[in-house]
Amino acid sequence: MKTIAELSALREAMQPKMAVRRGLALIEKDGYRRHVLICAGTGCTSSKSLKIAENLENALKAQGLENDVQIVKTGCFGLCAVGPIMIVYPEGTFYSSVQPEDVDEIVETHLKNGKIVDRLVYTDEHTVRAPGESVALADTTFYKNQHRVALRNCGFIDAENINEYIAMDGYKALGTVLTTMTPDDVIKVILDSGLRGRGGGGFPTGMKWSFAKKSVSEKKYVVCNADEGDPGAFMDRSILEGDPHAVIEAMAIAGFAIGADEGYVYVRAEYPIAVRRLKLAIEQAREAGVLGKDIFGTGFNFDIQVRLGAGAFVCGEETALLTSIEGNRGEPKPRPPFPAVKGLFDKPTIINNVETYANIAQIINNGAEWFASMGKDKAKGTKVFALSGRIQHTGLVEVPMGTPLRDIVYGVGGGVPNGKAFKAAQMGGPSGGCIPASLIDTNIDYDSLAAIGAMIGSGGLVVMDEDNCMVDIAKFFLEFTVDESCGKCTPCRVGIRKMLDILTRITDGKGEEGDIEKLEELAYMVKTNSLCGLGQTAPNPVLSTIRYFRDEYEAHIREKRCPAGACKNLMSYVIELDKCIGCGLCAKQCPVNAITRLDPADYPDRKLAPFTIDASKCIKCGACVASCRKLAIIKK
Amino acid sequence: MALTKEQTAAKMEELVAFIEANKNVDGPLMPIMQKAQESFGYLSLEVMTLIADALDIPVSKVYGVATFYAQFSLTPKGDYIIQVCTGTACYVKGAQKVLDRVYEELGIGSGETTPDGKFTIQDTRCLGCCGLAPVMTVNEDVYGRINAAQVPGILDKYRAL
Repeated sequence: MKTIAELSALREAMQPKMAVRRGLALIEKDGYRRHVLICAGTGCTSSKSLKIAENLENALKAQGLENDVQIVKTGCFGLCAVGPIMIVYPEGTFYSSVQPEDVDEIVETHLKNGKIVDRLVYTDEHTVRAPGESVALADTTFYKNQHRVALRNCGFIDAENINEYIAMDGYKALGTVLTTMTPDDVIKVILDSGLRGRGGGGFPTGMKWSFAKKSVSEKKYVVCNADEGDPGAFMDRSILEGDPHAVIEAMAIAGFAIGADEGYVYVRAEYPIAVRRLKLAIEQAREAGVLGKDIFGTGFNFDIQVRLGAGAFVCGEETALLTSIEGNRGEPKPRPPFPAVKGLFDKPTIINNVETYANIAQIINNGAEWFASMGKDKAKGTKVFALSGRIQHTGLVEVPMGTPLRDIVYGVGGGVPNGKAFKAAQMGGPSGGCIPASLIDTNIDYDSLAAIGAMIGSGGLVVMDEDNCMVDIAKFFLEFTVDESCGKCTPCRVGIRKMLDILTRITDGKGEEGDIEKLEELAYMVKTNSLCGLGQTAPNPVLSTIRYFRDEYEAHIREKRCPAGACKNLMSYVIELDKCIGCGLCAKQCPVNAITRLDPADYPDRKLAPFTIDASKCIKCGACVASCRKLAIIKK
Repeated sequence: MALTKEQTAAKMEELVAFIEANKNVDGPLMPIMQKAQESFGYLSLEVMTLIADALDIPVSKVYGVATFYAQFSLTPKGDYIIQVCTGTACYVKGAQKVLDRVYEELGIGSGETTPDGKFTIQDTRCLGCCGLAPVMTVNEDVYGRINAAQVPGILDKYRAL
């Protein structure tokens, strides 16, 4: 593609193909009548979605339908809990938990005879469905309450086909920017849109760009931070897997805005599918002429390299990330100088997160006002959250900024399973805090969360129920940060380790009076004196759990009791003798032979004598509980 | 996966060619080390020295980078790398119990390899398939929604191979 006109022509030519996926019947004479979309994101791939695609391909050939039905491997649909997911267009039939063995039936019944395979149709507890009919994706509880901007192409296009991205207005914004706008215009649009960094910091993106533009240098860099490391967060991975071109286009736009001709994407090596699709997308973009030299004949040059992280959480911090790209130990540097002044290879650099980039092209296409009309107050647009933990609909959701937590947990998320009570949501990973049930109506935006001691962070949202111990959760996050602390500065290296020692003591039942105060004092010291974001935020999970669940800490310390029954050293498993029927299943499951039958002589009236657990041998693995059909084994 | 002498020599040659092709890019060290890690499964002193010499930097610098990042290993790994995700979602769904069972079954700890060179247990953070929590992987195979009692069965499959 040499010109904008060629891009437009390609976009138009793709529309009849995409029409099937918009629920319209075939327009082209010899095109595919149906599109079968199969999720090929990490979640569904792990549950064998590629095998389903392979089976489908073979079955279509066997039935002579290969020219009738197109198989489209997409990125994540978001509803990972019921994967593998398959959608058949133009009907829009949404099949969930599809197994490779189901393929023949789908081909025979649906693709050949046009009848829906009823037993595989997705439905949720709030959606009414007549037999033989399906519920459209957009009408399910999970999707209904979402607003997809950054994720708009995820689960809709084939991420490995640049033409499908172009069909969805891809690279149109880049064309507009290069031919009709000045760098200052671009920065103004981004500033006016109110877009703030989605990686955790929440710094206004336009401002970052304007700083880098003002820096005078013959060489500048655009960097994409895809080193998503927060446990329980997979937004960036899903975007890279489902819509990699959105990131590439945005980086090129950023390059034009600040005067850079080179970009780097620093992505976790633990994301093999994302890495492969990103690299493929970059190659396709070069071939199509939207990356490389003289893009659209405007004289603007821009190219992108991919660098792999090597498993260090601290590299998600911007200065550490840049140091790592340079080929060093990924240790952070003091700021200022900020990267916009002196960044990668000492040149002015902007560094934005994947999700931030995923919004850029749409802001250019639809205007700053459009973006600013979504969200609340100082938080504009939408935010993607990775919903996980004790929640019905695990997966990826996107909602307008400022949506109350309740709507996310109970609306989109479908609530807590197994009739358990919602206890808290942990947001922002190891840098964030928790939101207790009493504050479930808090609006999820930067300022409202800061006011209650939590943060949006990169978007991990882990739901806890009554069985989760908050002291244990705080300890879990500190173990993580202790492990990942790079060791360069003392407050972080030593301070958080000392905090972990105290927490371990508390969960082991050896807590002392005054431990909570010591934790608070250490937390203050670590927060105020650490070099980078990792240390400055590491105490947050502890502070926020003390703030809202101080009584749990006190129960551990004073009564040596874990109210949630999660801390191993403070609980034991007991078999209720009147419920035990003596079947022995638990004893078979026990890995350490801690369960034995009581003397039958003592239970003359029973056919089989009950069992008992030897507390001194028990390792509290819980295998027995899972095996007992009579629910006779309880935690004490 | 012990390599034969010929395989090692071939991989060495491949690495030298890779270094030659990449030593002039900006920040060449990490991509080269990643290539070496991928080829040999670990970074021997010999390999680290070769890289250092080729880039004209001290071996201590290569060693420093190797020990900073979790992905690089200084010792050979087993045929089957076992990872139990201990990300938040898996953790709240009982991943620790699964991991404890793996330790117990294999009699080794995290980062260690069984004496027969068959299994290595590797520390791992969120694998990003939180919908399948808790998750365990053995090389490329993913086992989702598992419990501790299923661990011996899974390991037996690889013991038999």
